[in-house]
This record gives sequence, C-alpha cells and structure tokens, in this order.
Amino acid sequence: MELTAGVTTELSGAEITVRCLQEEGVEFIFGYPGGAVLPLYDELFKQEKVKHILVRHEQAAVHGADAYARSTGKVGAVLVTSGPGVTNAVTGIATAHMDSIPMVIVTGQVPTHAIGLDAFQEVDTVGITRPCVKHNFLVKDVKDLAVTMKKAFYLAATGRPGPVLVDIPKDVQTTKTAYFYPQSVTMRSYNPVIKGHSGQIKKAIHLLMEAKRPMTYTGGGIVLGNASAELTQLVRTLGFPCTNTLMGLGGYPASDPQFVGMLGMHGTYEANMAMQNCDVLLAIGARFDDRVIGNPKHFFQEDRKIIHVDIDPSSISKRVRVDVPIVGDVREVLQEMNRQLAAAKERPDPAAVKAWWTQIEQWKSRDCLKYDRTSKIIKPQFVMEKLYELTKDMDLFLTSDVGQHQMWAAQFYKFEKPRRWINSGGLGTMGVGLPYALGVQLAYPDATVACVTGEASIQMCIQELSTAKQYRLPVKIVNLNNRYMGMVRQWQQFFHGNRYAESYMDALPDFVKLTESYGHVGMRIDRPEDVEPALKEAFSRKNDLVFMDFITDQTENVFPMVPGGKGLSEMILV
Amino acid sequence: MENEPGALSRVAGLFSARGYNIESLTVAPTEDPSLSRMTVVTSGSDDVIEQITKQLNKLVDVVKVVDLSDGDHIERELMLVKVRASGKDREEMKRMAEIFRGRIVDVTDKAYTIELTGTGSKLDAFLEALEQGVILETVRTGASGIGRGERILKVQ
Repeated sequence: MELTAGVTTELSGAEITVRCLQEEGVEFIFGYPGGAVLPLYDELFKQEKVKHILVRHEQAAVHGADAYARSTGKVGAVLVTSGPGVTNAVTGIATAHMDSIPMVIVTGQVPTHAIGLDAFQEVDTVGITRPCVKHNFLVKDVKDLAVTMKKAFYLAATGRPGPVLVDIPKDVQTTKTAYFYPQSVTMRSYNPVIKGHSGQIKKAIHLLMEAKRPMTYTGGGIVLGNASAELTQLVRTLGFPCTNTLMGLGGYPASDPQFVGMLGMHGTYEANMAMQNCDVLLAIGARFDDRVIGNPKHFFQEDRKIIHVDIDPSSISKRVRVDVPIVGDVREVLQEMNRQLAAAKERPDPAAVKAWWTQIEQWKSRDCLKYDRTSKIIKPQFVMEKLYELTKDMDLFLTSDVGQHQMWAAQFYKFEKPRRWINSGGLGTMGVGLPYALGVQLAYPDATVACVTGEASIQMCIQELSTAKQYRLPVKIVNLNNRYMGMVRQWQQFFHGNRYAESYMDALPDFVKLTESYGHVGMRIDRPEDVEPALKEAFSRKNDLVFMDFITDQTENVFPMVPGGKGLSEMILV
Repeated sequence: MENEPGALSRVAGLFSARGYNIESLTVAPTEDPSLSRMTVVTSGSDDVIEQITKQLNKLVDVVKVVDLSDGDHIERELMLVKVRASGKDREEMKRMAEIFRGRIVDVTDKAYTIELTGTGSKLDAFLEALEQGVILETVRTGASGIGRGERILKVQ
C-alpha cells in the first residue's frame, strides 16, 4: 500500500490476486481461461513474474500444479474459470486432497449479484468442492481478498498440507480497493501441532529398545515433511528393517540393505510378512490405509505395540488402535527421537534383531517378484527393470498413471531420494501420468523426466501432448500396452471368473502416428531384444518428447497380491 | 466455530460424508458475534466419538470442541406442541401442562399450544403421556448443552 500525501493506491481484485501470487513466490500457475476469469487473465498478461501454463483441459491444470508441488515441496497454483472449469478441476482437486498436496486453486465465479440465480456457467463451487479441499473461501468483498489469499497459502502449506480453493466473483475481480499484503496471518481456529510430546517420544524409544521383532513403516508423510534424512539416520542407528508405502517410496533409500521393499496389497512378501509378524511397529507419516494393512481383524490378531507419529491427530487411531500416539511434524519428532536415541544408554537386543533379520532374509529368498525372463513377448516387468538400469544414475523423476504398470514401476524402480516418484496413491486417478510429467519438467527444466503409463490411462489426458509441444517439455513416455485395463482384468480373472467385462481396450489409436501428429517422436516396440535399444535411443534425445509404445504380454498379473478382505500374510504369490 | 457462512454446511457435510449420525443439531451466535456455538447430539461407539471429535477439530472453522457427556452438564431443549383440547378434555390438558411445568402459549376453543423445556427425555415423556390422537403438531429445537459448575467452553 503506498500512501502519498493522503492518496492511496487502489488496485482491482484481479490486480490484487496477481500481486498476492507474486508475493507468495508462485513460479507457474496452471490454468485455462474463461469468461469469469478474464479480468485475472488480463492482469497475468501484463506481468512476467508469474508464468501461466496453458493446458488443454482443466483437470490437467490441477494435475500439473499437483506434480509441481509434489516434486518441489512448494505450493502449486491453479487458475480456472467458473462452472465447467470448476467441475473439470474437481478430479484433480480430489486427487491432491487424498494425497495431502499443498496447492491453491483460484476459480472465477459469476458476479455476486448473480450468485444463486442459475447464471451462465455458474455452479456452487464452494459447495461442490467442500468435501475434497482442505478449506475453501468465497470472496464476496474485495477488501477481504488479500487476507484470504494469504490465509489460503498458509493453510495449504502448513499442518497436514492440502488443496485450498479461493472462489472470486467477477465483480470482485473488477472492483478496486486499497491493497495491503499481510506479512503473516494467524487463525485462532487453526493451530497445527509441530513439536511432539517428549514424554511420548521417550516411551516410544523405550518400546523400540525392548523390541525383539521391530519394524519401521513409513509413508507419504516423510516426503511431505521433508524428513528423509532424519528417518535414514534413525533407521540406520537402530538397525531395524524399513518399509515404505506406495506414497513413501524414496523416503528411505531403496538400495540400502535395511529396506525390505514396499508393503501392502502389491508389496513384497518380506515386507508384508515382517509387518504382520513384528512385535513393535514404528509408523511414521503413514495412515494405515486399507491397501496397506489388508483385513484389519487379521492385522490385529498379532500381539504388537504400535507407535504412530503423524501431524494429523485424526489420522491416529482412525483405523487401527495405537499404543504410543505422537502428534507433531515428522521431521521435528524424528530429530528429537534421534537426539534421545544418541543420549540413551539402552540399545536393542542384538541377538533378537539378528534372529529377526535371519527370518526376513528367509522370506526374501522367496523372490516374490520373479517373472519369466525367457518369454518372446515383452514382459512389463522387464521394461521397468531396463528402465531402472538405464536411468539409475540420471536422478530421474518418474511419474505414473494408475494400474498394473504403476505397481510394477513401484516394485521394480528403486528410488533413492524422495520427491522422485510422483503418482496418485489415495485417489488412484487414471490420466495423471502425462500432466504430472509436464508439471515436474517445468519445475526442473534440466532434469530427466519419464512417465510410465498404460494405453488406457494415457488416453484420459492425451490432449496434453499439445501442452508438451507448446512448452517444449521433452518427457519420455513409457507406455506398457497390453490392450487391457490391466488391473481391472486381473481382478476379473481372480475374483469374477475371467469375465472380462469392459476391460478390453478396443479401437486403440496408432500411438506412434498420434504422437507424431502432435509434433513429437513415437516408437513401437514389440520384441524383448528391442526394449533396451529403444530406451537408450529415447533417453539420448534430450530435446524431444518420446512416446515408446511397448506391446506387452496381456496375461501378466501383479504379484504378490493381498486380495480384498484378506490379511497381509494371505498373499497370492506367483 | 467462526461465525462465517458455510461453517454449518461444513459440519453437516462432515457428518454425512463420514456416515456419522446426527440426532439433532442447533446453532446460534454467542455473546461474541464473531463466534457461533453449535450443539450436536450424536451416537456411536467410543472409537467413533473420538474420530468425530478429531475430524471436527480438523475443520478450519472450528475453534474448540467439547464432549459434554464426558462430565456433568445441563441439557435443555424447547418444544411447542399443539394439542386438541375441547370440552371436558381442556381441564385434563391444562393439568398435564402444569405437571410437566409447561406453559400454554396459545388458546382457541378447540386447541392449546403448549411450550415445554427440559431434557430430551422429559419432552419424550410428555408426548408419551398424552393420549393417542390428541397431538396435532409438534416442533422441537434440538438439544443445547452447557457444562456444570466451573466448566466453561471459552475461546481464549
């Protein structure tokens, strides 16, 4: 706010919004124009600090901002118009909400005097998105706009992160008022706990020392909380096994001998058996999701003590009763744990831990991820293994769509660092893969970015190949084409008597021609001996988007599998 | 909770989305006009009540949550009942109202409207005590509650 001899600078709501985005250090805003946001687009046009990324469908705008946030840890930003703009964005918003991703979505709305009168392109944005955002605001008075934007960014990034929506009616965008951006904001109704209770932490350490068969179970919270280094230190000091959920991959280095693989519905045999049979479980930044623990009754039949560290109190004891709950920021809590551990005189019983590791090694020897390496048809697992071998020193960012390919990527690609594995875990939204890759590539223009997908998923946001061309984003698309919605087909095979209802992908396009029509490079690979050369060729092309259409074995299933309703140790194995 | 538009919707939406049961709900501004106070009557196991409390606290608009049934408290609800009261039934109806310490707030030669306050169970008992077919219309506010003694729900 500038005051010159009693004259205050007045800015329009649209100008204020753009200024707020600048103040918050927003680099990219992903969006699509429309009537209700024209004043905002006008202001974006007049400046250069915030770069707008034009997508081809609002769903992709939200996915792009989502991936930007997942890969950088910053708050993503989206701008869409009212009505259909909002409804198209809902899938993306719900995806971000389920995985607790920080982002601010600015939506246009019809003018305040028209709200509730079924105006053109009007929907009850705040009503529709209420269940799938962390919070939302409808700004009815331009005087509240700057504070609301500040609150939105604050809410999105703190505590358990999440998407926050700010709905701005068109007349609010054009009305002028004095502009003042608050340096900070406090909300009496919102005070996330940061520091963990040191008494609880002490109890936890004590339990861990007494453990005979300990297990560390960590999830997306480690990634969101930037606590990977602290976790690694803790696990290495304790000498315990560590497993990650799908969302937590990369939180602990996968090549480390103490890593037992991902756990859960498609986790490794050793990870699931260790989880089921442990006597002390240290859960950090994970929420005991149904994909992870299987049948809760079965999980509970074992006598074990559970320590649960999470920033969200409602996550604790939601599905599973725990013995030592610790509410707090995971990094702060882990730092305190490491401190107490260093000062503690007790250490876990080395003989017991050794015996436990012997048992784990025995489970590992089952080689649960093995597949037929002599096949003349390309095995999807083979493609993933080759991808890993070739890119493991490139610090690759790997995004994924949803389905069997996602599970094979999670099983076969070893992630050493957090924020390299970008996928939709909670909502399992097909179509995210390509827009996710674009969002990551924008965040890291010099990085190597690949997207693993299936022919069903990739078609859901295929129009974003145009966005990739516009912004010259040379992502590499690894399409595992088995001409089926693989995961659906697998369930139909196992549980519905091979009745493949609507899971066959009919009328597929020629992906090579399709990619080329968008101005990119396409390849079709249908022999195992061509896989490695194709990958090498693709990754050598630093300036091209390359679509590799791998024609894979239609009969492959993801193993191990914990069927719905079954316990963790009741896996179907290959 | 903050006295903001949408706050009530958020709470109602939370209950319906998570499948929690709302038996009654009442809300109004407090002596501090920026805050409103909501009283919800719900039922469930201890685990469910714990989750409800945590999920409510998670809502950005909600400032503080208290489980009144955790301790001594006073519960009051208001009911207006329109009853048939003609001829010799009038005396009986008047007596019923007195017994339950209700007040007759509207009179016609065929009907009385009785205002009654008390716990939910007292109101239920009154309706039970009335003869079949005598009740023309009822409207209840839902229960409001307050802690006993020095127990105060206040925002610092």
